[in-house]
Amino acid sequence: MRIAIASGKGGTGKTLVATNIFYILSERGEKVTLVDCDAEEPNSKAFFNTKEISESQVIQKVPVIDSDICTFCGKCVDYCSYNAIFLLHDRRIVRVMEDLCHGCGACLVACKMGAISEKEVSLGTVSKYSVNSESTIIEGKMRVGAYTPVPVIKASIKKSNNSEIVILDSPPGTSCPFIHTVSSADYILLVTEPTPFGLNDLKLSVEIVRDMRKPFSVIINRAGLGDRGVYNWLETEKIPVSMELPFNRDLAAIYSKGEIVSAVRPDVKNKFEMLTDSVLTIWK
Amino acid sequence: MEIAVISGKGGTGKSSITAALATLAKSAVLADCDVDAANMHLIMNPDIRESFVYIAGEKAVIDYAKCRSCGLCQDYCRFDAIRFGEGKYEIDEVSCDGCKLCSRICPAGAITMHKNDKSRMHTGIYRYGHMVFGRLEPGEENSGKLVAMVRSKAREMSEKSGINTILIDSPPGIGCAVISSVTGVDRIFIVTEPSLSAFSDLKRTIELIDLLGTRMSVIINKYDLAPHVSDIIEEYCREKGVEISGKLPFDEEFVHSMVQCKSIIETKPDSEAGIVLSEIWKKLLNEKIRKQISTIN
Ligand code: SF4
Ligand code: SF4
Repeated sequence: MRIAIASGKGGTGKTLVATNIFYILSERGEKVTLVDCDAEEPNSKAFFNTKEISESQVIQKVPVIDSDICTFCGKCVDYCSYNAIFLLHDRRIVRVMEDLCHGCGACLVACKMGAISEKEVSLGTVSKYSVNSESTIIEGKMRVGAYTPVPVIKASIKKSNNSEIVILDSPPGTSCPFIHTVSSADYILLVTEPTPFGLNDLKLSVEIVRDMRKPFSVIINRAGLGDRGVYNWLETEKIPVSMELPFNRDLAAIYSKGEIVSAVRPDVKNKFEMLTDSVLTIWK
Repeated sequence: MEIAVISGKGGTGKSSITAALATLAKSAVLADCDVDAANMHLIMNPDIRESFVYIAGEKAVIDYAKCRSCGLCQDYCRFDAIRFGEGKYEIDEVSCDGCKLCSRICPAGAITMHKNDKSRMHTGIYRYGHMVFGRLEPGEENSGKLVAMVRSKAREMSEKSGINTILIDSPPGIGCAVISSVTGVDRIFIVTEPSLSAFSDLKRTIELIDLLGTRMSVIINKYDLAPHVSDIIEEYCREKGVEISGKLPFDEEFVHSMVQCKSIIETKPDSEAGIVLSEIWKKLLNEKIRKQISTIN
């Protein structure tokens, strides 16, 4: 089973939920993998004692244009949908702007002179860490300045294929990185907070997961802060709330120190135990 | 003067702080560049004047009346966006990057490109001036370009209205949208909070801004939730030569004011957070004056 923990807005407690569910399952000795799909800012791993097992590069191809063969006809420029090739016909200048290139290969097809070959560049890394004999963490990390985290996210998710239970810590937002993550999940937990910002973002993410026809429920973090807007909306939309975590300074401080809240606070652990069980029974 | 407020991690209170700075500026063009999850309009409640369509790339569509199921498109697509299922080749909209290659090579001419035209940019008037914000349709990429469009609209509004201060609420992360929101600005505030995860994001953010060479300083929000982590962050910034503009305590008033569609400067200017923010703004004005004097000399 693949469970994605997501939220439209960043900082709602997505990683808190993902790491605690993972903690509980790995304590039970389940074969479980946590995939940190927030490849721009991965930080799930820091909550655990881990040992690195492997690291691999996520590769993209970019064209290399041989200016001795190139006739400066400009066909590659026409074919490139990302404005990644700069060409001045009269001055016989051609340059590939690697940061804009998506590696689609269209220029290669366009060039009839055989002036274009390709080389590989790194978009980031996928690392695998073990927590105990059964549980692993997979972390995708985008290279600073790469044009998109999506290939790194895809590669990270792919690596988790042989695990029985996979927990996906989704990237924030509702654009491609988020969609790629949740579209590979069987069940989605949307984390929100009871504020106008939280409600606004929740509505957007609900719209998407409904479009995808994925089963989902909502977790309200920092309950007690803010207003009733989120609750009222969830009620009219008949969306189930699977857990509420109250706001309190103590929890915030534990989390800040990079500790797993469930490991320190039995009452919170109890909540996460119940949450984990309820999600797993939905699946069975 | 263009000022960007950025935070590697989401949820640090960046938008609430931007709203407070807009209040302190008394007159500012607000550019909400967090096009994935724009929310400044919830606090500022602008009167929408104009809306623009933003084309966020294209997606391939197969015309089955023409398709001969040769599968060539699948061989060429590098984004794994074409799959064979239920007796026909299908395009997976989520994976399609819109490169057009399949439409160019299809021997039957069965593939055409359709524009993603659901994203919008809105402009409006709010209580301290003009604001512009983008709304990227879920799943559409190229947010960097929409951010660029929001910024150029903000500059245009600034010129027309004579309001010189442009405040930019940047998106989270370190990707192209963030870069697009901060390139060429005069000043960057990085909002962070004392948690180890926010700290690791902060390091990546500083690394990124260092590449750009823009003047930056850090605001630590909710410092009292984990004072010793806050100390670690301060120590790190000192080593890196990055100034700390101020430290704000955790204050529920931020949430209360958001619920009332207000900034904390409007509801509780005398709170500790309110006072620190006012000082940050004053310091910024001094920087600006010093800069003007040095250019005159
Ligand atoms: S591989 Fe695609 S994106 Fe890169 S330069 Fe060639 S046509 Fe442009
Ligand atoms: S447009 Fe490009 S990415 Fe989309 S299906 Fe065609 S070849 Fe693949």
